Order: sequence, then structure tokens, then C-alpha cells
Amino acid sequence: MKQSDAPLLEMKNISKDFFGNQVLTDVNFSLRPGEILGLVGENGAGKSTLMKILFGMDVIHETGGYGGQVLIDGKEVHFLTPFDALAMGIGMVHQEFSLLPDFTAAENIVLNREPLRRNVLSEVFGERMDTLDRKTMHEQAIAAIQRLGVALDPDMPVSEMPVGHKQFTEIARELSKSSIRLLVLDEPTAVLTEQEADSLLQAMRRLSSAGIAVIFISHRLQEIVDVCDTLLVMRDGKIIKDVSAKEADTRQIAKWMVGRDVSLESSHRQFAGDDDDIVLSMKNLWVDMPGETVRDVSLDVRRGEILGIGGLAGQGKLGIPNGAMGLFPAGGRVVFEGKEIALNNPRNFLDSGMAFVSEDRRGVGLLLDESLEWNITFTAMQVQDKFLRKFLGGLLKWRDQNSIEAVTDKYVRQLEIRCTGTKQRAKELSGGNQQKVCLAKAFAVEPKLLFVSEPTRGIDIGAKGLVLQALREYNEQAGTTIVMVSSELEELRSICDRIAIVSDGRISGILPARSDSAEFGLLMLGASGEQVPNAQSGADV
Amino acid sequence: MNMKERILHFVHSFGWPRIIIGLFLLLLFIAAPIVGVKVSTSLSDTLIRFGMNSVMVLAMVPMIHSGCGLNFGLPVGIIAGLLGGTLSLQLNFTGGLSFFMAIVLATPFAVLFGWAYGVLLNKVKGGEMMIATYVGFSIVSFMCMMWLLLPYSNPTMVWGYTGSGLRTTISTEGYYYHVLNDFLQIKIGSHLVIPTGMILFFALLAFLMWAFLHTKTGTAMTAVGSNPVFARASGINVDRTRILSVIMSTWLGAVGILVYQQSFGFIQLYMGPFYMAMPAVSAILIGGASVNKASITNVIVGTFLFQGIVTMTPSVMNSAIHTDMSEVIRIIVSNGMILYALTRKSEATR
Repeated sequence: MKQSDAPLLEMKNISKDFFGNQVLTDVNFSLRPGEILGLVGENGAGKSTLMKILFGMDVIHETGGYGGQVLIDGKEVHFLTPFDALAMGIGMVHQEFSLLPDFTAAENIVLNREPLRRNVLSEVFGERMDTLDRKTMHEQAIAAIQRLGVALDPDMPVSEMPVGHKQFTEIARELSKSSIRLLVLDEPTAVLTEQEADSLLQAMRRLSSAGIAVIFISHRLQEIVDVCDTLLVMRDGKIIKDVSAKEADTRQIAKWMVGRDVSLESSHRQFAGDDDDIVLSMKNLWVDMPGETVRDVSLDVRRGEILGIGGLAGQGKLGIPNGAMGLFPAGGRVVFEGKEIALNNPRNFLDSGMAFVSEDRRGVGLLLDESLEWNITFTAMQVQDKFLRKFLGGLLKWRDQNSIEAVTDKYVRQLEIRCTGTKQRAKELSGGNQQKVCLAKAFAVEPKLLFVSEPTRGIDIGAKGLVLQALREYNEQAGTTIVMVSSELEELRSICDRIAIVSDGRISGILPARSDSAEFGLLMLGASGEQVPNAQSGADV
Repeated sequence: MNMKERILHFVHSFGWPRIIIGLFLLLLFIAAPIVGVKVSTSLSDTLIRFGMNSVMVLAMVPMIHSGCGLNFGLPVGIIAGLLGGTLSLQLNFTGGLSFFMAIVLATPFAVLFGWAYGVLLNKVKGGEMMIATYVGFSIVSFMCMMWLLLPYSNPTMVWGYTGSGLRTTISTEGYYYHVLNDFLQIKIGSHLVIPTGMILFFALLAFLMWAFLHTKTGTAMTAVGSNPVFARASGINVDRTRILSVIMSTWLGAVGILVYQQSFGFIQLYMGPFYMAMPAVSAILIGGASVNKASITNVIVGTFLFQGIVTMTPSVMNSAIHTDMSEVIRIIVSNGMILYALTRKSEATR
């Protein structure tokens, strides 16, 4: 690997807060030309915020800018838009593809930078009438593909490509910009097969030897160790480790990623209930939820406990509650209090006395255009005939405005929902308050078992604490069993009794909340239960 | 300051478009006597047209609430109403009973057609309004054949020279002509007539609709329209709720056309129902409804403004310029209102 001494990119003392919520603190690193830098960290550790600062994304300016300096070739730069970053030779490949499906690879690669040819019309009417120079376009695309060193047909429409080729097309598009010096790859291998990922890693090495620096974000730690020169581990907005990749192994990295001071230990709960009193039992559950496929999950939930379900994004942890509830096609057996629940119909799930707080607050959890009253009481009204006055022997069921207002008022006070009144529309509330409304909706059903999915996603730290506290109090006071799905391991460890880790659509193990974080880290990365001491493997629970 | 705030609040909640159209309508009423149009006649014309059309506008409400969009397929309901009306005439019911029987006979058709139409709309979620338009046009065309083929035999209804096949227009005289208009009718002077019965009938249906929206099922219907995924996650059968709303809309369309006919005096078959959906859609949009939010107030305000403008503009303009342009002006105004309303379909006031 060719490496010159002057750093290409330096980020100094970078800090960033979103409305008082500190997401990056004093981040420093530098990158030399041709260096491959691995960036790892849990979801929410600050990786993407850091990249957004590097690219001058709008969201950064709109929320008050950032602290610290970004230096390129030793000179401080201020990117106001991603175009400024592109002009300096920084390219980024996003997790989601931004390709035109009906265009060919070549057309996508040179999109909006097509070589043009002048003609009679354009002489008269100006540049907009230029025609595309297809031959040169093709040559440029092929040059970019060769630079990447993969087999990619420039004439194939994107819609017909396997997913790996789409990824290559995206990268080739960045490479076709002649000034490219730094390429950011945000989880490029997440969607690739192993073989495709291998050829991508080789391509990265080739780019590196051509002097292009790469920032590589991945959850697959083995790849990071294999391909990177240096390694940055981020946690809670700080850089925890900045080491040469040769000095690290995956277990160590996992520990750095999730590890935290043991002072939290005292708050871990010790389950006081009966280990054999199984309230909910799932057997061989599969769920076809896009991006969160559950393949084969068997899981028992004990009465009165708080069970956490963790794991990395896309491994299937969200599919478990969504499938059990019937929001996505599912199969297998779900037995609640000894009674089998027919899947694929939310009504059965609700009738049996369970409730679900969805991770998709705005899509599934709320009636954004309706009042808080409606949002909080609707499910209980429809499923249990609460908040209704009955006339004509139950034939006419009339909304009981008084009891609706009373119960809404009660939850607004109890959960400290900040609103102008119970008639305010749900969409006018902040994320944290919307989450509380979702919880109130579930509490109003008075469920025996409550599924909560990503209850703290996208809400600030203060609201997070309140939401978690509300869940715990509800569990302790009403005796409700809670199954909580979250990507934040520390959050699970602070509130749950046991934590099941999902990897590749299966339970890779269940650990008590006080277990060592490295063990959780290993389970997340797909090690099976037997390889981790203390873990109950998915199969025998 | 307080007064100003109150006015601003009113303007905001009522909406600028309605205030401007309302002011324009007021201007027409002020201009009317100047150009020699009797205000009393104009006012009763407006009230009668309000009564004739309001039930069909009310028919928009259930489908809007359940998220099926604007009912461009209103002709489906109208056809059911036409079947009920012609059957009632065929069976020789007369007077008030013929109107009642027309509604009764239209009901099974409305339920059946509404159900089939609802099943279809459930298969084209997201594109309901376009499909609804086609469904409306198709059923009208299909019934053009059926009106000729169905074995009706009442001499007042069939073509005189063949003795079979229904005529394009059939008089309701002697059957249910003006049964609602004349009920409790109030006459002030020689020209101002208030069709109390017809307005009361609308008020009854509007009250029932308002009441329905306050029941458990009505609440579920509104939630389905507001966020179908939320409704499903609360155990609601979204498809069934939508079908119910389509059946309700279709039935109201059937009743609406019967109310229209009893006032108008004729049953219009064949291409008669073809463009009936447009004025009703426009009226509710002008009343401040959006594609998924509508209230009874929207229906009343919208029908009154739309019908008021369509009634008043031609007569006032005509008298002002002293040439008989009424038909041209009527077409320009009514289609202009429809066009305007359709551009407004995204904004809503509650």
C-alpha cells in the first residue's frame, strides 16, 4: 500500500449536538491517501452523523452546525452542501441505492455528467439541446468499471441486476468522477453475498493502491480486520479506539463496540418471578418482513419478566413482534397462556390480551391527523368496547366523549405528554411525546403482555429515560410482561431481565442482562450459543 | 384586538376560498335586483337546487372517511336509484308511497352494486378515484343497453311506438313528483318558496350520517381513512370497513337521485347519470373537504355555495347583458367551478 505522509483528510475536535443531545464529542482522526479506514460502532454511535458532517449535509446546518475543524490537504474547509464535498473529490456510496432502475449501468454511472455533442439545434437554442455522446459515455463507464476491477455489463438495465451489481454500479459512478480521492462506503457489503463482498474487498484494495482513500463502514467485523489499515471504534459519539487493524481481533472489537463501564451493573434487574411460568411461547416462528426476515425463532417468555430482544439491524429482531402480531405474513406456532394464537390477523393477537407498540410510530403507531384522544383510546375502543355508551341493548355503540377525555387526561399527566390539550393532533407533537402517546395507547388496552419495539428510537435522552421508566413502572405495578425489542444493547441491559440476541433471523442466544457485554457482542455477530459461555442457545430454550 | 383575532380565527377555520366564493354569491344577490332579477325567485331556486343535490353530496362523505377518496363512481348509486324509481313506477305505486317504495326497491341494488364496487376498489388501493370514474362511466354505458332490454311495461315509461324499452326521460308526475318539496312547504309572497320537506329529509340523512360517525363503526371508518395501517394494527378489518363505506355511499347516491327526480319532475335515463358525479364532487371540495377528510358542514356549505353560484351567475349575467347566453354561461360556470374545486382537492378545513 502506497502511503504518503501528508494527511488527505483530518477531522479535529469534531462535536455535534442535536438540540442539546450530544451525539459527537471531540472526535479526532486523520486519513492518508490510499489508506483504508474501518469505522465501526453500534447503531446510533455517531458514525452516520460524522459522515454527514464530512459531506456538509443540510441536516447539519439546519440543526446549528458542528464544532471543530475539517481539514483537507491541511486546509480547513467548510462544506455547505454535498456538492462542495464532491468538488473536493469526496464520494459516498449510500446504503440505499440511488439508481434509476430503467437506465443501464453506463447511463447511471455518468448520469448528469454525460459527455455532450453539439448539434444544429443546440447552436441555436443553447446547451439544453445538446445530444448525448453515447460512445464516449460507454467508454467512460467501462473505464470506471475497470478501475473497480469487477465484471459488470455496462449495457444491463439496473432493474435486471442482482443486488451486488447495483452496489458496484454505485461505486463505479463515484469512481468515474476523475477527481475522486476519498470514497466513503456505508455498509456496502450488508446486501452482498459472500462472493460479491470478496470481490468488493479486492476492489477496495485496488483503489487503495491507486491512492484513493476509503472510509469503510461495516458491521461485518471480519471484513474490517481483513481489509482495513486502521480502525476507528465509535461508541456514544466518542472514538473509543483508534488502532491499526492488525492489532485487533473481532472479539476485541466487539467488546469495544458495546462495552461500557461496569458501574451500570447495579441497576440490572434480578427476575423475581417463576422461571417455569411461561406466558408466551413461540415455536419455529418465521416472518416475511422486508429487511427484517425472521427465519426460525423459538422463544419462551416468562410471566412478569421484561425480556429484551437485541441484535444488529436487519437481522430480524423487529420481525418477531411484527410477525406475532400479524402485521406481516408469518408462520409457526404462537401460544399465549396455553391458547394457540392464529397468526396473520392482528385481531386475534389483540383479543388474546396482548398489545404492540410499533417501531414505526408515524406509519403504524399513530393517527397523525387525529386528536390525542382518538390515538390513545382507539384500539381499546375497537378491541374491548371501552369508552363506549351502549344503547338499544348494545346495538348502538356511541363514543363516550367524557370517559375518552378522562382517560386521555390521565395518561397525559401520568406520562407527562407535552401538548396543548387532549384535542391536539398527534402530528404536532415531538417524537418523544408521540412515543408516549403510543405507549398510552397500549396501556389503555391494559394488556397482559406488551410488545414494545424500538421505544426510544429517534427521541432525545430525557424522553428516553421517561419512556423506559414508564415501561418499568408499568411492568412492576400492573404485573404486565414486557417484550422489548431494541437496537441499543445498553438500553436493554438497563431495563430487562433477560436478553435474547437475534442474528440472521434466528435466536443466537439468551443471556441474563448482567452478562459481559463482549458476550452479547459475539452473539450479535452470529456466534452460536455454544461458543459463548453462560448463554442458553436458541435451540434449547 | 380581540375582535380582530376572532375574525382571523374565523377566516382561518372557514377558509379563504369559501369566503371569497361566499362574497361573490352575496354580490350576485345584491346585483340581481339592479339588473331586474327577482331576489325571491333566485333565493328559492337556490334553496331548491340545494335540496335536490345535497343528498348526492352527502353520499361523498362515507367513502372520503374510509380513505376511498372522492366517489367519482356516484353513477353506480344513481343507477341503483333509477332502478328503484322505475320499478316503483312499474308497480304503480303512487304519491308518497311511490317515493318510499322507490327507496326500498333501490336498496338491494345499492347494496349489491356497492358491495361489488367496494370489492373492486379494495383491489386498486391508491388508484381508487381513477378506477371509480371508469366504473361510473362503464355502468352508465352498460345500463344504456339494459334500459332498452329490461321488460318494463308501464305505458307512461316505455317508448310509445314499440311498447318496449324505457324512454330517455320519464315524468314523475302522478307518482312521486314533489312529494318532499310540497311537504310543509312555506310560501312567502308569490315567489319565495321554501321546500321544507326536501330540506328536512336531507337534514334527517345528514343527522344519521353525523350520528354514524360517532359510533364505534363510524370511528373505525374514520381511522381507516386516516391511517389504514394503524387501523389494521388495532384489529380493524380494513377491507370490510371500506366496503361498508362504499355501500353507504352508493345507497346515499341512490336516495340522492330519487330526491333529485321528485323535485325535477323527470327520471333521466341513458346518459343522464353520466356527469352527475362531477357537481357533487366539486360541491364537497368547495365546502372545504379534502380527499380524506369531510364533515357534514363541508357538505352543507359546499352544496349551498356551488348550487348558489351555478343558479345565480347565468340569470344575473343574462339579464345584465340582455342576450340569451344562459346555457353558455351555465356551462362555463359549472365546469369552471368543477375545475377550480379539483385544484383545491388537497387542502382541508375541519
